[in-house]
Amino acid sequence: MAPRPPERDIAPTVQKLRFRYAKRGRLRFSSARDFQRALERALRRARIPMAYSAGFSPHPKVSYTNTAATGVASEAEYVELGVTRECDPVAVRDALDAVLPPGLDVLEVVVARTKDFAHRLEASVWRIELPEIALTDLESAVAALLAADEVMVERMTKNGPRTFDARAAVVSAECAAEEAVDPACAILTLVVRHGTPSVRPDDVLSALRGVADLVPPVPPRVTRLAQGPLHEAGTTVFDPLAPDRVDEAEAARTR
Amino acid sequence: MTSPGTSVFDRLERLLPFVTKPIQYVGGEVNAVTKPWDSVAVHWALMYPDAYEVGAPNQGVQILYEVLNERDDALAERTYAVWPDLEALMRESGVPQFTVDAHRPVGDFDVLGLSFSTELGYTNMLTALDLAGIPLSAAERDETHPLVVAGGHAAFNPEPIADFLDVAVLGDGEEAVLLITDIVREWKAAGRPGGRGGLLVELARTGSLYVPQFYDVDYLPDGRIQRVAPNRPEAPWRVSKHTLMDLDEWPYPRNPLVPLAETVHERMSVEIFRGCTRGCRFCQAGMITRPVRERSITGIADIVENGLEKTGYEEVGLLSLSSADHSEIADVAKNLADRYEESQVSLSLPSTRVDAFNVDLANELSRNGRRSGLTFAPEGGSERMRKVINKQVTEEDLIRTVTTAYAGGWRQVKLYFMCGLPTETDEDVLQIASLAREVIKAGREVSGRKDIRCTVSIGGFVPKPHTPFQWAAQLDHEATDARLRALKEAIRNDREFGRSIGMRYHDGRPGIVEGILSRGDRRVGGVILQAWRDGARFDGWSEHFSFDRWMAAADAVLADQPVDVDWYTTRERDRTEVLPWEHLDSGLDIEWLWDDWQDALAEIPVDDCRWSPCSDCGVCDQMGTEIQIGPTGVVTLPMPVLPPSPVLAGREG
Repeated sequence: MAPRPPERDIAPTVQKLRFRYAKRGRLRFSSARDFQRALERALRRARIPMAYSAGFSPHPKVSYTNTAATGVASEAEYVELGVTRECDPVAVRDALDAVLPPGLDVLEVVVARTKDFAHRLEASVWRIELPEIALTDLESAVAALLAADEVMVERMTKNGPRTFDARAAVVSAECAAEEAVDPACAILTLVVRHGTPSVRPDDVLSALRGVADLVPPVPPRVTRLAQGPLHEAGTTVFDPLAPDRVDEAEAARTR
Repeated sequence: MTSPGTSVFDRLERLLPFVTKPIQYVGGEVNAVTKPWDSVAVHWALMYPDAYEVGAPNQGVQILYEVLNERDDALAERTYAVWPDLEALMRESGVPQFTVDAHRPVGDFDVLGLSFSTELGYTNMLTALDLAGIPLSAAERDETHPLVVAGGHAAFNPEPIADFLDVAVLGDGEEAVLLITDIVREWKAAGRPGGRGGLLVELARTGSLYVPQFYDVDYLPDGRIQRVAPNRPEAPWRVSKHTLMDLDEWPYPRNPLVPLAETVHERMSVEIFRGCTRGCRFCQAGMITRPVRERSITGIADIVENGLEKTGYEEVGLLSLSSADHSEIADVAKNLADRYEESQVSLSLPSTRVDAFNVDLANELSRNGRRSGLTFAPEGGSERMRKVINKQVTEEDLIRTVTTAYAGGWRQVKLYFMCGLPTETDEDVLQIASLAREVIKAGREVSGRKDIRCTVSIGGFVPKPHTPFQWAAQLDHEATDARLRALKEAIRNDREFGRSIGMRYHDGRPGIVEGILSRGDRRVGGVILQAWRDGARFDGWSEHFSFDRWMAAADAVLADQPVDVDWYTTRERDRTEVLPWEHLDSGLDIEWLWDDWQDALAEIPVDDCRWSPCSDCGVCDQMGTEIQIGPTGVVTLPMPVLPPSPVLAGREG
C-alpha cells in the first residue's frame, strides 16, 4: 500500500458570521461563482481565520444563499462564514471591504446567533429601471398583470425551456417615474415571494410583455434592494439579520 | 467629438446583458491601475490577442503593464479579443475595441502592443484593429493612429503579419517597452517631426526595433526569397533581440492582477528563471530565450510572499521552461513548502523533465496536498526519436521516474509526446503505446494497485523559426492522423493494460495552418487577411477553427504565386535558401543551427552549456550576454512573520 498524504488537523469552527454585501455598478456582471472566488481570495488577503472543511481537498466553510443573477445589481446579498478564532464583526467588515474590489461592498457583518437564516429570506424587493418607457405605459401593464390570476412565462433553464406562473409570486408592484434622468425612466418596485420555481425580475418583465406587450427598448437595470421576512402589508420585507442583532444587543448587556 | 481617452462603458454596458460571461469585459481586477488620461505623455494599450480567460493570466502582459504603469510619464491598459457575440453587437452599435481598465477606445492610444505567444492569435489582432478603427495595413496609417507593435515568441518571425505591423520587438519586453516609450515621448514633445514616418525612423535607428516597412523582400522565380534588404539607411541589415540580464533587478509581478472572471490559470505565478539551454531541437522557446538567467532563491521567496499577500491566491506556480533545472530548486521547494505548510497554499512546478529528482520535488511541494497527477514530457516515443530531438532521456530513466512517482502515492502520470518529428516512422509513434504499457506495468508492481493510470497526450510537431528544425519538412496532416489512428488502435488492442492508458490528441489539420503562419513570409499576410475576411477568429479554439476556410483563402490568394500551402509546410529547405526571418537576429549562429540539424539526422546529442563546455550556439558572443545561475549559497530562508490578524475579537481588552 502506497503512502497517502498525512491527514491534517482541521481547526474547528468557533464562530459563524453573517454578512450582507452589495453588488454594484459594473461588478453587477459578476456571477455567483465569480463572487465566490473573489470573496475567498479577499478573506485570505484580509487574514480572516476562515474555517475549512475536512477531507481530501479542504474548502472554506462559506455558504451562499439566494444569489442574484449575473447582470443584476444588489444591495442585499447574504453569506455565512465559519471562522476558527473569535472575530470582531465590525473589524471583519472593515478589513474585508478594504480588500474587495469597489463594487463588491461588505455592508454589515454580525455574529450568527440564530438558526434558520435561509428560511427568513422569504421575499425580495426589486427595483427595475426601465429607460425610455413612459410611466403610463408601465402603470397600465402592471394593472393588467395584477388583475390576472395567472400569467405563464417561459424561461430557458439548463434542462431546456420551462413554463411556469410568474403572477402568484408577485406580492406587490408599484410604479414611479424618474424624471431627473434623460431620457425619462419608469421605475417598477416589486416585492416577489421566493419559491420554486423561483420567479425572477426578468420573469415578471416577460409577464408584462405577455399581458400588455411592454417591451423595453433598452435593457432594464435591475437591483435587489432587500430580502427578508415578508411584511404583513406585502409592500416590503424585514431585515433578516435583526434577530441576530437583537441577541447581539442582549449579549452586550449581559457582558 | 469626444476627447481622447473618454470611456465607452455606457455604450458597452447596454450590450453586456446579451453576451456570454460579461464579467470578462468589465475589468475591476484587484491590483488593476487606471491613471488620468492627461497625466501622462505616452499611452499604451496592451493586448493579448485571445479571450480574456486566456489572456488575463499571461505573465508577459502583466509584467509590461506594471513596468509601464510604474512610470510617471506613461500609462498602460489592457485589451483582449472579444468573442464573436460581442463583436457583432459592437459593430451594430458602433462601439470600438476598448480597454478593460478604463474602457477607453484602443484607437486613442499612442501604442498598441500585442503579445503573440502563438501565431493562432493573428486573426484576433485583425479583429481588434478593425474594431478600433485602425487601418489594417500599416502603410495606410497616419500619425493619429496608434503605433502597432508586436512582441512575444511569434514575433521572431513577424513576416506573415509584416503588413499589419509598424514594429516588431524580439526578445524580452521589459526594457524594450521603456525604450519605445522614451522615443514616442520625445517625438511627441518635439511636435512629431517627420510625422509617423519620422517616428518609425527613430525606432528603426535603435537597431533593436524592427520596422518591417523599411525592408524590401525580393523573390526568385521559383518562389524562394532572393534577399531581404533595408530600404532606408537608418534600418540595420539585421535587427537584434533584447535580453534582460539580472532577473533579481526586475522583481515582477509586484502587484499581480486578480481577475474576477474565471481564467485558465487561477494562481500566482513567479518566473524562477528565463531561458533554457537543454537544447531540445524542436523547442523554439529554448532557442530564442538563451542564455539561462536565474532568479535567486531570496528573490523568488520575496515575490511569492508579496504576491500571496496581495492576491489571496491559494496556488503558486514556479514558472520557467524547465523549472527543476534551477540550480537552487531543492532549497526553493523545501523552503517554500516549510513556509506554507500550515496554510492552504499549494505549490506547483508546471514544466517537469523526466527525472526521479523531479518526483522528490513534487513530493516536497505536495507535502500537505493531494497527489493526483504528475506530468512528464519524453516528447519522443522511441529512444531513436529522442536522440534526434536531443531529449536525453532513456526508457530506463522514464521507468525509474514513474516508479518513484507511483511509489510516492501518485495515481496518475501524464506523458507528453509529439507526432510528426523529423525522420519519424510509424514505428516510432507506436512505441508510445509500449512505453505507456511499461509505465503501467511498473506502476502496478510498485503500488500493488490496479487503479493507476497513464495518460499520453500527443501534439503535432510544427517546425519553428530559429531552431535546428527550421529547415525540416512538416509531416502532412493525413500522415499525422494515420499515425495517431494506428497508435490509438495499438492502445485499444492491449487487453492487459489498454484500459489504464488514456490518449489525448488533436487531428493534424490545425498544425498545418500553424505551420504556414510559423514559417511563412510576407506573401502569407494576404492569406491571413482573406481568412479573417471569411470569418476566421479564435483559431486556437477548435470550435471556432476552420481548416477548410484557411485552405480556401490560401488557394485564392496564392493562386498566381509559385508557392502554396505544401511549399510552406511539408517542403524541406536546404542550407542555401534565404529564410524569411534571417535578418532577425536571435543570436543563434546559423552555422551552429545547421550543424545541429545535421547532428539531429545523425542522432548525435548536444550537451547543456550550464554543465558542459559551450557548444558555440553564438548567442552570448553575439548579444554580449552570459549565463547567470546560482547557487547563491542561501539555503535557509527565515519564516515570514505576520502581524496578528486585525479582525480577532478582544484585541483591545
